[in-house]
Amino acid sequence: MTTRHAITAGFVPLLDSALLVVAREMGFAEEQGIDLTLLRERSWASIRDRLAVRHVDVAHILGPMPIAGNLGLNVPAPEMIVPMSLGLGGNAVTVSQALWQRMADNGATADLDARANGAALRKAIEAQAGAALRFAVVHPYSGHNYELRYWLAASGIDPDRDIEIVVLPPPDMGDALAEGVIDGYCAGEPWNTFGVLRRGGHLATVKAAIWRSSPEKVLGVNARWGATNPEAMAALLAALHQASLWCARSENHEALAALLAKPTYVGRDAELLLPALKGALPVGGGEVRAINDFFVPNAKAATFPWKSHALWFYTQMVRWRQIEHTAERQRIAAETYRPDIYRAALKHLGIAMPSASAKVEGALTVETPVGSSGALTLGPDGFFDGGRFDPDDLDAYIAAQSAR
Amino acid sequence: MKPSGLNVLVIDENRIRAAIIEEGLRDAGYDQLTVIDNMHGLARRIADLNPDVIVIDLENPNRDMLESMFQLSRAVKRPIAMFVDKSDEASIEAAVEAGVSAYIVDGLKQERVRPILKMAISRFNAFSRLNRELEETRGELENRKVIDRAKGLLMRSRGLSEDEAYALLRRTAMNQNRKIVEIAQSLVTAASLLDPGGKE
Repeated sequence: MTTRHAITAGFVPLLDSALLVVAREMGFAEEQGIDLTLLRERSWASIRDRLAVRHVDVAHILGPMPIAGNLGLNVPAPEMIVPMSLGLGGNAVTVSQALWQRMADNGATADLDARANGAALRKAIEAQAGAALRFAVVHPYSGHNYELRYWLAASGIDPDRDIEIVVLPPPDMGDALAEGVIDGYCAGEPWNTFGVLRRGGHLATVKAAIWRSSPEKVLGVNARWGATNPEAMAALLAALHQASLWCARSENHEALAALLAKPTYVGRDAELLLPALKGALPVGGGEVRAINDFFVPNAKAATFPWKSHALWFYTQMVRWRQIEHTAERQRIAAETYRPDIYRAALKHLGIAMPSASAKVEGALTVETPVGSSGALTLGPDGFFDGGRFDPDDLDAYIAAQSAR
Repeated sequence: MKPSGLNVLVIDENRIRAAIIEEGLRDAGYDQLTVIDNMHGLARRIADLNPDVIVIDLENPNRDMLESMFQLSRAVKRPIAMFVDKSDEASIEAAVEAGVSAYIVDGLKQERVRPILKMAISRFNAFSRLNRELEETRGELENRKVIDRAKGLLMRSRGLSEDEAYALLRRTAMNQNRKIVEIAQSLVTAASLLDPGGKE
C-alpha cells in the first residue's frame, strides 16, 4: 500500500462504535494505509459540530441525523452522506422496577415480546391515575425515538399524549430511572445492561423485537471531505468491513468487550458490554434471555446503507411532525444514503452484496437468500405489528400512519 | 450603550470557567445573568428561567437534551435556534475551536447577541490557556522532583557533588539524544527495582 490516508473519526462511547474502534485497534485501518484517529465525544450535537468545522472527517452517528442535517433540521450540520451502516439493532427499552411490576400484573413477560409487553404497558397506563409516565430517549433524530414511538403507537399508546418523551444523555438514564425522574428509556448498549444490572431496571422489549434487523448507527461523512478524498473513504469502508467481520466472530467477543471497556473508548466494565455481543441479555430479576439478532455487526448485509432505511427514518420525521412531507425532501433523504459508494468501495473484496438499493422493509418473515453476487441472506426483518414499508409507495405509508 | 435587557444563562460544569465567563459578561453590562454549574434538574431550571441566550460548554453531554427542548418547544415557550446562523462559518469554527456553544431565542437580532458569543469565545480561550500553563508548570515541578531524586542517588552511590551528579545526567542525556528527565526517570526506576525495600 503506497498511498497513506489520515482520517479523523468522531465517536460516542457506545457499543456500536465497535467497528471504528476495531478498525483502528486490530490493524484493519493500518492494512488499508489509514492513520485512523478516533475522537471521543459526549453528545451527538458535539459530533455534528465537529463534522461541520471539519475537526473530524467522518463519524459514528445516529442513522437519522445526517438526513435531518441535510433537511436543514439540525444546524450547523454540514452536508453529509452515509456510505455505510455500522450494524443493525443494538437498542432496548428499560423500565423501572415499579413500572415493570405493573406491566407484569397486566401480562408482560420476561420474553420481551413487543406485542404482549406493549399491550401490558397500555393496560398499565390505562389503569393509572395521576401524572403521565415519562420515558427518555437519546436524541430527537434517533432510531431510539422512532422505534420507541413506533412500539408505543402500534400498542395503542399515543407517544405525545399518553406519555411524555424527553431527551437525556444515556449515561444519566440509569440514575434518572433509579431516582424516579423517568419511568423508562430507550437507549443503546451498554446502558440497558447497566440499568438492569446496576440500577435495578427491567427490560421491557428490544429493538430487535420491535423491528428485526433494523438500522441504527451509520458512518456519517462530511460530503465535502468525501468528494475530495474518495480513495481515503473507500479505504475506510474496506477497513470497516474487515472490522465488521472480526466483530461478528464469537471467539472475538471477549476480546472486543475488553477493548471497548478501555477508558479511551466506552470506559465501562466488560461485563456490561459482553451481553449485547453474545445476544444474551440480563432482563432483570437475575434472568437472562437469548435474543436473536440483538446486535448484528456483519451478517444480513448489516453494513449496507439501504435507501429504504433512510426513507423509513424520513417517514417517521413526518409522522412525528418534525418536518412536512414534500417530494423534494423525500429525494434529499433518499440521496443521503449512498449504496453506490459502498458497492464501488467493496467490489474488489468479492463479497456478497445486495443488488438492489432499497427493499420492502418488513417483508421477510424468515431468513432468505438473495442477490446474485454470492451467498447472502437477509431477514427476517419484520415489524412486530406485521407492518410493511414499501419505499416505492411512501405516500401511502405516510397517509396510513397519520390516519392512525 | 447598555447591552442588557437580555436574559443570559451560562451552563458549565467547570465552576472556574463559569466564573470567568460570568465576570466577563457582567463587566460588559449583562446583569440579567444566571450561571448553572450543577446539571441536576437542568431541563426544569431552563424552563423556569426561560432565557433569551444560553451559553454552554461544547463538551457538555446535556446539549442533546437542550436542543431537543428547543425543538419540541414544550418546556421552553419560545423557539430557540443555534446562536450562529449557518452562513457564519467563521463564528461557528471559532466557537467550536474554543469549546463553547450558544443558543438564542428565535428572532433576536444577531448583532445584539454577537458580542456575547465573542466574549464567551475569548474567555473560553483564556481559560484553556491558563489551564495549559498550569499543566506545564505542574509538569516542570514533577520533572524537577525526578531529577532531584536521580541526583541524590548518584551523589550517594558514586560520591559525587550535586553539580557533578547533574553534569553526569546531562552528559548521558546528550550522548543518548534523550531528555535529562528521561535519564533521571530511568535511573530512579532502576534503583527502585534493585532495591525494592529502599526509600524510592
